[in-house]
Amino acid sequence: MTALDETTTASPRRTAPGPDIERVRRARRVPRRRHGVVLLGLAAAVTTLFLVNLLLGSYTFTLPDAAVLAFGGDIGNPTAAYIFTESKLPRALLAVFVGLCFGAGGAVFQTTLRNPLASPDIIGISTGASAAAVVALLTFDLRGDAVALAAAIGAVATALLVRWVAGGAGGFRLVLVGVGTGAALLAVIHYLFSRAAIWDAQLALRWLSGSLNDADWSRVRTIVIVLVVLLPLLWWSAAALRVTELGTDAASGLGVTPRRSELLMLVAVLLVAAGVAAAGPVAFLAFLSGPIARGLNKGRTSIAGAALVGAAILLGADYVGQYLIGGVKMPAGVITGAVGAPFLLWLMARGASGRSPR
Amino acid sequence: MSAATPLTGSESAPTRLYADGVSLGYDDRTIVHDLTVAIPDGKVTVIVGGNGCGKSTLLRGMARLLRPRGGAVLLDGEAVHTLPTKKVAQRIGLLPQNPIAPEGVTVVDLVGRGRHPHQSAFRRWGAEDDAAVAEALALTDTTDLAERIVDELSGGQRQRVWIAMALAQGTDLLLLDEPTTYLDVAHQVEMLDLLHELNTRAGTTIVMVLHDLNLSARYADHLVALKEGRIVAEGTPEQVVTEGVVLEVFGLENRVITDPVSHTPLVLPVGRRPARGAVVALDNMKENQ
Amino acid sequence: MTAQAPPDLPGRTATAGRARNTRARLGLTTSVAIVLAALVVVCVASLLLGSRHVPLAALFDGDHPDHVFMEARLLRTGVGLLLGAAFGVAGAAIQGLTRNPLADTGLLGINAGAAFAMVVGITYLGASGFSEYIWFGFVGAGLAALGVHLVASIGRGGATPAKLVIAGAALTAALTSWTTGVLLTNRDTLQAIRRWQIGSVAGKEQDVVLTALPFVLAGIVLALASARILNALALGDDLAKGLGRKTGRDRAVVGVALMLLVGASVAVAGPIVFLGLLVPHLVRMQVGGDYARVLPFSAAWGAALMVGADALGRVLLPPGEIEVGVMIAVIGAPVFLVMIRRGRLGSL
Repeated sequence: MTALDETTTASPRRTAPGPDIERVRRARRVPRRRHGVVLLGLAAAVTTLFLVNLLLGSYTFTLPDAAVLAFGGDIGNPTAAYIFTESKLPRALLAVFVGLCFGAGGAVFQTTLRNPLASPDIIGISTGASAAAVVALLTFDLRGDAVALAAAIGAVATALLVRWVAGGAGGFRLVLVGVGTGAALLAVIHYLFSRAAIWDAQLALRWLSGSLNDADWSRVRTIVIVLVVLLPLLWWSAAALRVTELGTDAASGLGVTPRRSELLMLVAVLLVAAGVAAAGPVAFLAFLSGPIARGLNKGRTSIAGAALVGAAILLGADYVGQYLIGGVKMPAGVITGAVGAPFLLWLMARGASGRSPR
Repeated sequence: MSAATPLTGSESAPTRLYADGVSLGYDDRTIVHDLTVAIPDGKVTVIVGGNGCGKSTLLRGMARLLRPRGGAVLLDGEAVHTLPTKKVAQRIGLLPQNPIAPEGVTVVDLVGRGRHPHQSAFRRWGAEDDAAVAEALALTDTTDLAERIVDELSGGQRQRVWIAMALAQGTDLLLLDEPTTYLDVAHQVEMLDLLHELNTRAGTTIVMVLHDLNLSARYADHLVALKEGRIVAEGTPEQVVTEGVVLEVFGLENRVITDPVSHTPLVLPVGRRPARGAVVALDNMKENQ
Repeated sequence: MTAQAPPDLPGRTATAGRARNTRARLGLTTSVAIVLAALVVVCVASLLLGSRHVPLAALFDGDHPDHVFMEARLLRTGVGLLLGAAFGVAGAAIQGLTRNPLADTGLLGINAGAAFAMVVGITYLGASGFSEYIWFGFVGAGLAALGVHLVASIGRGGATPAKLVIAGAALTAALTSWTTGVLLTNRDTLQAIRRWQIGSVAGKEQDVVLTALPFVLAGIVLALASARILNALALGDDLAKGLGRKTGRDRAVVGVALMLLVGASVAVAGPIVFLGLLVPHLVRMQVGGDYARVLPFSAAWGAALMVGADALGRVLLPPGEIEVGVMIAVIGAPVFLVMIRRGRLGSL
């Protein structure tokens, strides 16, 4: 199929063949097939990791037992049942959903801004969420859901602030403003850190690294609602996303104005805000998922792939952090950065992780 | 030298695309001043001028990329800015400067994105999209490159693929912003031949910004010469490409003769380098026409 | 042998740097005068301002009871000048190296490398006292920069700016996570580190400063000498190679300068990020894009800003002090945002 003649460069005038629709169909299928394979593989990975998180650990369950418990049955061991239904199951589910949020949100940002560095955790939105949460934790002594809410508000507020300051020009200016805002907010965080009591500082640090410790059914429900509303919006805009990759002018020429891209980013911000509220700003999850998905998909952007990668990473990181670090429970956020980043570097070494445009 | 009488819609050919006293600019600078131009349908119009004269700005204004500060750009009688972008994209195809080819994307994938204006959430990809892409590839002679990754193509091939994408939009109007930059001479001519063929075969109205005056004279049916955001001359190449106009627009001492190959005006710059005994030859050439 | 730039393009690199779309808004002499004036003002302010009012004479009079105090202030001012210059120059160099106006000195993983190494040193290798863990910081910064360069060099194109930036961000991700991991389990380390993390030039002991001094100076000299390299790199790899430069080697030179500069400065003062991000933009607005000017002016303005911010931090919330890292971010960020809003960002 690819035995193409190199002399197609400077073609002398020859009678051009007619349109070859069959060829177009075949050619379109190849990348789609690869994409399908990638998605399938990722879905399998997510499922496996989900089961690992669910069934293994300090308490192990067999699959049939798990199935029974998941549907409200009884296996004669009330303690184990309680742990399963109130801790392990919601935690594993939350990991999947939060991972989807961060993965998709990050990838949308990186695509519409055409810059792999332009993910919410690098352009200040996660930092805004963190700053709000740290203020809530250290200055107002709040805990739990109040902190989660503060974080979500912080994320959205920072995004709006960045958008307002950067104006409608989009793209480069937006990222620049985001980085500047992030740096300022980070200073605020460090300042509060330095002034707080040491125990509070450690508590705040734990929240800041992103963890699933506070997983419960109410959080799962909230994030499912958010996903149910936002994911279809994303799927609907998938085509527009592909067009924004071509550059602002080309995209406008095809009917996708910068305003449309901004709406897409708003959806992404909401996804990230939901993730942050549920699990804190899981370090670099939004940043890594997109490039990793692209690396697997031969350099082509894949939002669905990024979402699944996010879920997989978070599931894996949570498991590792809970059970595989000798004697110590690390929050998932510590692991995501530690593990995801080398993986990205490996992909980069293979030369296939997607570059930022000139 | 003043311009020949500019063509207006009411005078001769119908025009779908019409700039009416339009002013365009960026930030605090106005680049195009109160400019009126009618783009004749079914013809090749080329906008020429020196650097910074506003030719790209004008094209971008006509392509709905820039909002006019004054006046309006009319498409089929309606102000382009009041129309939804997607509707405009169904009628105007655009090849911008420096388009970005996403990494790893294949030729059919890229050309396929040109079908976006005709698709929606409810109308995804259909048979007519396949047909449009195939047609676009055939017209640009890139069918053989269908499976290739755009990044791996040569400059000339890539440019043809971008034109194919604009063609896949299936519009009667095609706007191109400096489509021949970065191409070598052979590819420049090939590209322009292609556009010319498109114009004769399919009747596509073509508006392009070119920086090469001689190629512009060769391929344009209608030339618009800009200087500092205003029209200096407009008309056929014979009317526009005169020594006076070239001097005014480009600030270049020049002679204009008739191109012996295409019989269109050919501009010969008179530089400061002394002629190598060719003065006589030049006069001979003029005599022999 | 190094290929020379083609003979008929003598001042090409410098002109190209200047010609890149930014014309100097002020004359050279005016700019120099302004920055020198600023330096004098902030130095005097730094010596005079603070929770205690001490007359300037105390500095020169060895018998004055506050002489030692003033000497400490003098040292603090000196540290501020030195490290401010270092961060300023490093920021300009990194933006030029990566052709990315978002680049700051933390981008290549340098800050994260320093932090991680220090944390490891304190927790597992028993480093105590600042003069001990500064070495870890320095080494960590250097290794991070090297690591980033190595990773970015793999694959086609070598260490292009885009790959450097991504590799740096990825490495920062990894190192920050590992650092947090250690900090979560070691309260004492957290205690030791968290003051460092804000960024401050106060209370640094003389021997610490003297240890860092040669590296910072070497880095500054090397960076200033790289003006030609950066101007060429700004044109893009292809054009730079066309002018006869060996881009790989050039990048390495700038990289070494950055390692020295940022490694030592970050180890001493903590990760003061914003200075390197902001100062080059302000400088480019003022003197244009030619690195032969941008670098020295970045150094000068970086120094002025650092000392000024430090002095300001001493008077805003008496009797306490606000660290310079916070001040710079708090002042710098709104200035940066206003500049962006007005569209007045000097292009690269």
